[in-house]
Amino acid sequence: MDLSREWLNDYTKVTVSDKEFCDRMTMSGSKVESLSVTGAGIGNVVAGRVTAMERHPDSDHMFVCQVDAGGERELTIVTGAQNVSVGDMVPVALDGAKLPGGVEIRTSKLRGVMSEGMLCSLGELGLDTHDYPYAIENGIFIMREPCQPGDDIKKVLGLGDSVVEFEITNNRPDCLSVIGLAREAAATFGTALDVHEPQVKGSGDDIRKYLTVRIDEPALCPRYTARMVKNIKIEPSPAWLRRRLRASGIRPINNIVDITNYVMQEYGQPMHAFDYSCVGGNTIVVRRAAPGETLTTLDGNDRKLTPNMLIIADEAKPIGVAGVMGGGNSEIVDDTRTIVFESANFNGTSIRKTAIALGMRTDASGKFEKGLDPEGTIPAVQRACELVELLGAGEVIDGIIDVVASPYVQKSVKLEPAKVNALLGTDISRDYMVQVLEKLGFTMDGDDILIPSWRSDIEHYSDIAEEVARFYGYDVVESTMIRGKTSQGGWSEKQKFTNRLNALCQAMGFNEILTYSFGSKSAWDKIRLPADSPLRQALIIQNPLGEDRSVMRTTPMPSMLEVMATNAAKRNPAVRLYERAKVFHPKADSPLADEPTWLVLGEYGGKADFFQLKGCVEAILRDMRVQDVSFAAETAEPSFHPGRCARITAGDTVIGLMGQVHPLVCDNYGLDHGSFYAQLSVEAMAACQGPERTFTALPRFPAVSRDIALVCGQDIPVAALVDTITAAGKPYLESVQLFDVYTGDPIPAGSKSVAFSLTLRAADQTLTEDHAAETMSAILAALAEKHGAAIR
Amino acid sequence: MEEKLRKLREQSLQAIRESATLEALEAARVKYLGKKGELTAVLKQMGGLSADERPRIGQLANSIREDLAEALERAKTALGEKALEAKLAAEREDVTIPGTPVTMGRPHPLNRVIDEFSEIAIGMGFTIAEGPEVELSSYNFDKLNTAEGHPARDRQDTFYFDDDDQVLLRTQTSPVQIHVMETYPLPIRIIAPGRVYRKDEVDATHSPMFHQIEGLVIDEGITFGDLKGTLNELVHRLYGSDLKTRFRPHHFPFTEPSCEMDVECFKCHGAGCPVCKGEGWVELLGGGMVHPKVLAGCGIDTDKYSGFAFGFGSDRLAMFRFNISDLRLLFENDVRFLEQF
Repeated sequence: MDLSREWLNDYTKVTVSDKEFCDRMTMSGSKVESLSVTGAGIGNVVAGRVTAMERHPDSDHMFVCQVDAGGERELTIVTGAQNVSVGDMVPVALDGAKLPGGVEIRTSKLRGVMSEGMLCSLGELGLDTHDYPYAIENGIFIMREPCQPGDDIKKVLGLGDSVVEFEITNNRPDCLSVIGLAREAAATFGTALDVHEPQVKGSGDDIRKYLTVRIDEPALCPRYTARMVKNIKIEPSPAWLRRRLRASGIRPINNIVDITNYVMQEYGQPMHAFDYSCVGGNTIVVRRAAPGETLTTLDGNDRKLTPNMLIIADEAKPIGVAGVMGGGNSEIVDDTRTIVFESANFNGTSIRKTAIALGMRTDASGKFEKGLDPEGTIPAVQRACELVELLGAGEVIDGIIDVVASPYVQKSVKLEPAKVNALLGTDISRDYMVQVLEKLGFTMDGDDILIPSWRSDIEHYSDIAEEVARFYGYDVVESTMIRGKTSQGGWSEKQKFTNRLNALCQAMGFNEILTYSFGSKSAWDKIRLPADSPLRQALIIQNPLGEDRSVMRTTPMPSMLEVMATNAAKRNPAVRLYERAKVFHPKADSPLADEPTWLVLGEYGGKADFFQLKGCVEAILRDMRVQDVSFAAETAEPSFHPGRCARITAGDTVIGLMGQVHPLVCDNYGLDHGSFYAQLSVEAMAACQGPERTFTALPRFPAVSRDIALVCGQDIPVAALVDTITAAGKPYLESVQLFDVYTGDPIPAGSKSVAFSLTLRAADQTLTEDHAAETMSAILAALAEKHGAAIR
Repeated sequence: MEEKLRKLREQSLQAIRESATLEALEAARVKYLGKKGELTAVLKQMGGLSADERPRIGQLANSIREDLAEALERAKTALGEKALEAKLAAEREDVTIPGTPVTMGRPHPLNRVIDEFSEIAIGMGFTIAEGPEVELSSYNFDKLNTAEGHPARDRQDTFYFDDDDQVLLRTQTSPVQIHVMETYPLPIRIIAPGRVYRKDEVDATHSPMFHQIEGLVIDEGITFGDLKGTLNELVHRLYGSDLKTRFRPHHFPFTEPSCEMDVECFKCHGAGCPVCKGEGWVELLGGGMVHPKVLAGCGIDTDKYSGFAFGFGSDRLAMFRFNISDLRLLFENDVRFLEQF
């Protein structure tokens, strides 16, 4: 909402500086977004009269003019314009003048003739022919405004008005008007509010002879008010009116259209004018559109109407989309003779849905959709007719048609000063509260506050508290700390678990990423999910921002691979990334989703390989005290390299998967084949978390180390060898450490060499050579028996 | 003999003094104190002395031996230190050569800001609450006093999963307020960080998925003054206690009275600059007293209890905090960006 301060002063005289005005209006709840001054870019431009002119000696299209600009002597100014004549009053940019867009004018030679300034066109002053319809677009602005040579052009053209742009919240459509903001300003600055009642003289005759109005949808149109004007003379509006519209960001068109816009800006009530000759059957009907009906709206577009839409129709056809835009078939044109002013109240939601459905949000629909004052239709139509008479635009026909389909009932709320003060933490007097409320148009009836018709947002004592507080001053309310019981803040166990995971991943060099929770179905194909995979059961957004953001992710893998691919495309040579990624699975028994979280690790480049990543996974699982962890070869996960993928379990619980990303999947993402990925279920890890660790006494007796190198079949997993060693090594075997796996010469084909470092220790004495030898032979015997493994 | 001894003493001490290496020192020791050394040789002649000369000369000889031993020890230590110094001097490193790199990962800047804020709130007695992201309309809207027909519910602003607009991606973290009020015992003091979704096309300041932090306090006798005091405290702990704040009226359906909190512009400190669009203030968050309709809807006795709520965009907070110019960087996850924080 752009407010002209000059216009505001018609209703309440506020003389403070622009800065103070903006600051105090903001602090009382009308947030100022920006401030501008009309003609702000113009400086040192005055009115001047052309007293003589001759052709430029060296140019066939330029003129050398003598100009009386109010100074001691006349100025010589060269112009290339062809529309100037001696005697014309024109805007003259003097030496050192500033024009909009940062242009500066200096005395300078033009083809050898010294020009002491410049004659200006409308465009050079930042104006156009909508502001001054009598001027021409391509030429000097020949002014018809009353003025003397030397007068400041800003004064002559009425520029210099401060325009304040407000951000008006949805609950205050009444403030989308000069009068609404004047009421706020009067309460803010303690000035008098002077809203005059429009006076219409009328010209006799009777509107009822001309028009009937019928409302078929009382819920969608509580009220429809109309007046008529005959003997219309369509012409440009006077300069003051055009200027105010311009300052409010509205383009002047002609007197009738301008009047409807002026009233909408002033009263906040959108108006429409129909050409009466186009209202068939002299009847206006407010009804839903019939199936298949169409209308060409004022903007020239053909609109398909549906029965959800409220329309204004004559006897036979639509002539306007209610509250949104009029029809081209009843538009005001130059030879319009008689018009109908519509000033109606419509259901906000219905207007909004219609505007959205038709894809055209207009000034009018923007106001209606917030819910307007049901009592506002009469003052607005009266003001429009008053302006018609003031401008001499036509003769107002006597009588008003005012169809009230759903009568307005005034609401009230109790004034409870104690409750208001308790909510605010203040000690404001009842008198002060009443004073604020009355200033805003509320009236008191004993302890009842009668709510004005334009304040449908007020319904509760907490609303009253806000009204009082915003004028008492939010900044005046004392800041206090919460009294009452102190509470113990903290992270929950689950949050601590996640925080620890974060710390671990970061310590191991993984950078945290954040990715979208939704993606595309095509991602399932890119990671080679089978057609019958349960992960293809997903929640689908019905109104997505495109297909690629339409599916709630069921697997965190595509997001990680996309980010890895982004980094690869940016030629980042190596990355280690992690994410705590929520996924979303449909639930059988609820419309909501199951929303588990995965810890996802992704890596390429550098030393990245299966065992690097496995080491990280093991470190995480160990630190998080996940019990009974094992890794088993997983050959059937289509997203992974079939020979380099492990399923991770803790006892019977599946924790996750890890491995090298399948080369075909890498190709789908444009990733190097050396890309590695792991996903661990946060919930499963938490569920398998063992008890807090306790102290184990440090060994008091020395250990004995034995290294063994075995040769065994290539397919025997190291984990199986370790299990055998562990079982056979009791009670003295303390630990088994793999230190080498080797295939190739001289190891026979089909076999491999595996080397372990064993630590033996007795708890109660120094281990004897005999005990160590016994243990080692037991271990070697078991290895030979179970796996056919022999010492190399 | 006495004369001989004194001379020997002078010679030997000089020899020790002049020994420049441990080897030379050892040679001096052997020369004078060794089995075949000169002092030893002199002492061997003691037998030929008279009985009254013997004790005096013996004493002299012993004291010379002690002096020599001590001088040798001193010289040895001095030479050892010198040798060590020379060795260390030869081992000097160029300390300007960078250390062996240790790769540490970084938290995402957004989560860093959320964690910072959470820690501060925890210090003020808040716990961290969570709620579902796929949510019911009733929690996201109805129970937050945002009735059917409200523009926020439009399909052009909110993502829906069903034809009846009953299941959606939450558009705000405020539904967590409702879950908490319905299930937590009173009094309540929580914050709820989380992801939210709105149908905004991606640009430098918009994203269809972004993050908010919600706050909720419910207790007996909570006032608007408490809201101001608590938010001031949170912001001061986050940005320093000299940061100026202001509260101005605003509108949210689920709070009444409602406010927005501005902080003095980080860039110009109130003078007015492009960052604050010349206002000198930057909008930080919205809040207000929990609407009594919302409290009552969650079964809370509004005669006894009141409360306040607040919420803000943590993406914006992170962008302020780290001077990040484009929201898209947060979701692009380029490691050259991630490693900066």
